[in-house]
Amino acid sequence: MSEQLQERRTADTDSETLVEVRELRTYYESNRLFGGNPVKAVDGVSFDIRRGETLGLVGESGCGKTTLGRTLLRLERATGGTVRFDGRDVTKLAGTELKAWRRNAQIVFQDPDSSLNDRMTVGEIVREPLDVHEWRMPGDRRERVRELLDTVGLHPEHYYRYPHQFSGGQRQRINIARTLTLEPEFIVLDEPVSALDVSVQAEIINLLEDLQDEFGLTYLFIAHDLSVVKHISDRVAVMYLGKLMEIGPTEVVFTEPANPYTHALLSAIPVPDPTAADGRIRLHGTPPNPRHPPSGCVFKTRCPMRIKPADYPDMPDAVWDAIILLEDLLAERERMMGTIGWRVREMIGRTPAVGTIDEIYAELFGELDVPASVESVLEEIAAAARGGNHGRAIERLDDAFGGPCSADAPAVEAVGTDTRFSRCHRHQEPYPSPRAVLEAQSPE
Amino acid sequence: MSSTRPILTVHDLETAFFTEKETIRAVDGVSFDVTPGETVGIVGESGSGKSVTARSIMRLIKSPGAILDGSSIRFHHLETVREFADRFPGRTVDLTTIESVRRPDGGSEHPSQRVAPTIIDRIRKGAETELQFLDAEACVFVTAGNADEPASIDAGFIDITRTSGPATRAMRGGRIAMIFQDPLSSLNPVYSVGNQIKEALRLHQGLRGRAASRKAIELLEDVGISDARRRVKEYPHEFSGGMRQRAMIAMALACDPEVLICDEPTTALDVTIQAQILDLLADLQAQRDLAIIFITHDMGVIANVADRVNVMYAGEIVESTDVVSLFEAPRHPYTVGLMESIPGAQAGDRLSSIPGTVPTPTQPPTYCRFVERCPKAFDACDRIHPASLPVNDDVPDHRARCLLYPEDVDEATALARHEEEPQ
Repeated sequence: MSEQLQERRTADTDSETLVEVRELRTYYESNRLFGGNPVKAVDGVSFDIRRGETLGLVGESGCGKTTLGRTLLRLERATGGTVRFDGRDVTKLAGTELKAWRRNAQIVFQDPDSSLNDRMTVGEIVREPLDVHEWRMPGDRRERVRELLDTVGLHPEHYYRYPHQFSGGQRQRINIARTLTLEPEFIVLDEPVSALDVSVQAEIINLLEDLQDEFGLTYLFIAHDLSVVKHISDRVAVMYLGKLMEIGPTEVVFTEPANPYTHALLSAIPVPDPTAADGRIRLHGTPPNPRHPPSGCVFKTRCPMRIKPADYPDMPDAVWDAIILLEDLLAERERMMGTIGWRVREMIGRTPAVGTIDEIYAELFGELDVPASVESVLEEIAAAARGGNHGRAIERLDDAFGGPCSADAPAVEAVGTDTRFSRCHRHQEPYPSPRAVLEAQSPE
Repeated sequence: MSSTRPILTVHDLETAFFTEKETIRAVDGVSFDVTPGETVGIVGESGSGKSVTARSIMRLIKSPGAILDGSSIRFHHLETVREFADRFPGRTVDLTTIESVRRPDGGSEHPSQRVAPTIIDRIRKGAETELQFLDAEACVFVTAGNADEPASIDAGFIDITRTSGPATRAMRGGRIAMIFQDPLSSLNPVYSVGNQIKEALRLHQGLRGRAASRKAIELLEDVGISDARRRVKEYPHEFSGGMRQRAMIAMALACDPEVLICDEPTTALDVTIQAQILDLLADLQAQRDLAIIFITHDMGVIANVADRVNVMYAGEIVESTDVVSLFEAPRHPYTVGLMESIPGAQAGDRLSSIPGTVPTPTQPPTYCRFVERCPKAFDACDRIHPASLPVNDDVPDHRARCLLYPEDVDEATALARHEEEPQ
């Protein structure tokens, strides 16, 4: 899969690639006594960033976007995969080579309050990278800092002030000045404007765009605010639970999203127009725990267009939704009852009371008209769960209702053009595409 | 939009913080109404006084802050007025009887209901010291019916700024509830979620034991938490961000409040979760005829939830109108600036922004507080403090605090009207 991708991407050489990420993985090992699953914060991510472009990276909190940014800069250690920067694999760099490379790649953090040292003056903060890298003579450094303060729209006399004397927007300017000191080529902007008010946000975005033009910078712009990403990015990547779900040119992704997750994410943005029709796709639930990602497609637990199992093509949508929810609840219980704490409590007879499977059934299916064929399988599942065998119940459910989304992880597919990729089973025959499903759902 | 009478009237609210260096007038003369079933939005940048307004209504302002004399926040819910008149007879004032004794001009042709507002205005203006009848403790005012027989009261209000002790506590949480921006720091990490909901039930409704547990589970189900029976025993850290906010909403609704204040309830949440929470609030509002005050800085959210919008700047409401006219035709230069700085809403390459920051008001206003940042400022803006006037005669409900309005009269007339308006 990745080889194919690489070929396709190297064929596309309209501009030079600066950062080339292939199958990057960052796992956090469990530090429990008896082991456990690692958290797969970044799980097999591949993409390129071209010189001088802005790649937007969006996703919900906990999807791994910040970890991805930090791994690119070697602030986290990659578990696997490569990050080639100008053709050189930086995941293997060490010692002086690493230090020298770090001049080239910088980061702006989200919270301007906690990312500046309150006990240092603005001048000291901005100068610190120059001191660390022993750039020229101290006099030159001071001169350089004054220039930079001017570049980011602060005054040279701010040199001797302390961060608390500045507003949020100004503090973010200080942060930006600090990243520019060593003339990097690549900057990771980790939610640089989410802590700021809209009017200030606009100023900082304008500044970032000016600096990009002036110094030919390449940005990875991480944000959860999609309207900001839409404004600043050339291309946008959408991440969910450690995987890239879709990547493509901003304009196309925003107007014709290919992946169901992108659809849902975009439709959830509140439009600043009270008369606009409400076309929101409602996603139920929250992203799953990254320590226990679902089998198959990571988005299957919340996907509004999950493919129905082939054996039950006529199942009503409401029943199908309830089954997806049941799958989630059973998995949650299985995990809860599998912990050592639970087993100990069970031995001493002190398990907290939980709702029985029948109560869950009443909540989920109580008001639904369940077809007989589905009903009989549900009965089997309930019987297994009643006996305390949640593993067996989940197996049976997966067996009967799993469908293709549960069977295996969707591959990355080119959608339309060869600059756009998305991970979804619906891009394959014979399933209708996410767009077709969406159009069928809305009556217009 | 509901056309019933307001349930909450905020009148000339002034909240200041007294520091050693200066007095910060965080909220400076804010007035608005909320009716049942309606959502009133308050938008503005950080430091504009949105949250202090909400906290004043909840009486959560702590020293060195204080609500200044002359402010009035009136809660008109009839059952509550009756209940309070019953519980606090010593603090109840019958305005109908006092009016007949104390009418300054002596005219008697006015029915007492029409006269009562004069007194109310004098109370509001801080003139109660002249009116000797008014006990410092008085907080329940009856404007129709007999105050001695709570069941016969037909109209009245509770002035929240004058309540204290048990009356404040019965109001806060019981009648007016609030949900905050950061659900993790507003939940206690060492008590289970169910425990915290039960605390509210015990304090306000006297429910204990099993009945309380059952009610807590019901509430969690109402706010869309599945498997509530298990969840009720879990701790806040076991909940996701969206679920914590749902739990906060369940707690706020535990006592069946009439007014719900939402202070940036979705700012810390992802868009997909934000959509869920906004839907939930809309459903609950429809079911319970809740009056909601919704505070946010996100214009997109405000467009989706609000019926009426108040735009705040430096402690004042600078523009107030229904949501559709606000987005169709914003009038105050500040609102225009806010709308233009939303990314994605504009076609151009560069985002327009409002240069500068919100000033911290330390003195009563004698000029327009937006003048330094205003692209349309002219000479008079430095010397006249604009009053809140209708933007033109056709839309009396669309008010702006800007010398450019009313727009259907010439500049001199407009300025004169701003000057003669009582500040």
